[in-house]
Amino acid sequence: MNAPVNHASDALVIAGQAYSSRLLVGTGKYKDMEETRRSIEASGAQIITVAIRRTNIGQNPNEPSLLDVLPPSKYTYLPNTAGCYSVDDAVRTCRLARELLDGHDLVKLEVLGDEMTLYPDIPATLQAAEILIKDGFKVMVYTNDDPIMAKRFAEMGCVAVMPLAAPIGSGLGIRNPFNIRFIVEAATVPIIVDAGVGTASDAALAMELGCDGVLMNTAIAAAQNPVLMASAMKKAIEAGREAFRAGRMPRKQYGSPSSPLGGTFF
Amino acid sequence: MKIVVNGQERAFAASVTVAALLDELGMAGKRVAVEVNQEIVPRSRHMEFQLNDSDRVEVVYAIGGG
Repeated sequence: MNAPVNHASDALVIAGQAYSSRLLVGTGKYKDMEETRRSIEASGAQIITVAIRRTNIGQNPNEPSLLDVLPPSKYTYLPNTAGCYSVDDAVRTCRLARELLDGHDLVKLEVLGDEMTLYPDIPATLQAAEILIKDGFKVMVYTNDDPIMAKRFAEMGCVAVMPLAAPIGSGLGIRNPFNIRFIVEAATVPIIVDAGVGTASDAALAMELGCDGVLMNTAIAAAQNPVLMASAMKKAIEAGREAFRAGRMPRKQYGSPSSPLGGTFF
Repeated sequence: MKIVVNGQERAFAASVTVAALLDELGMAGKRVAVEVNQEIVPRSRHMEFQLNDSDRVEVVYAIGGG
């Protein structure tokens, strides 16, 4: 009999909190609230990102709110600073999120530098991270796949470093697995690939590279069947993680028979 | 007096509190966060916080995002 795999011993720990799921998901771009709810449920994710925006005054006051559909008692909310292009906007957004969520201080910081690539503005991200950490926030930081920056963010006190795999919403997959590997090897905090994953194999690859988790939104929401893709992503993350823990066989240039060479009768 | 709420100017006959403004907007009891002139006004102070002429108020909530 095969020994059962002990999942309990393999929790993802972020800022002292343990999570059994290593898939983090966004809640944007879904057709409606019901599709959002079903997809998030199928993904098995425990941490979900949300955006902070102006209320639409006078519009659909009875429309269910995200907080009703995905209750913060069931999910760990990760408010993001998506759409922020300045330090001030990012810091303001985090402070509003903390007020909105009754003092909840875990945030996803992203300060964007360019509308076309949505690449992070690293100097601004550093500055915002410093202000937020001083203000008591637990910062999970979106960054590029630069190993030096990843180290810097961890050293300054970010609770997770989240390098992009490819531009946000591009679905191009892991464009630079070697950099992701460098980042993982030097990591002192969880490394979570954030952005750019397109399909299940991309997520599995991130996990096989040793990442602690993957954060995605569009890969699920923009699939033809988001609920099914959410389920696929859940399995890919689990499979990739187990493969990483198992340790893959070395690559060889030539074939190597799997059946014994002796004892043949032909 | 005039107050700018989420980028839109609104006129009020008399001074209002944050709580009264939210009530007027149909957002009383809803899960929102409020900022006046870029400073957070905690929920515990909505009842007492008086808005002044040309204050800029932001009322935000959580929506789907990645």
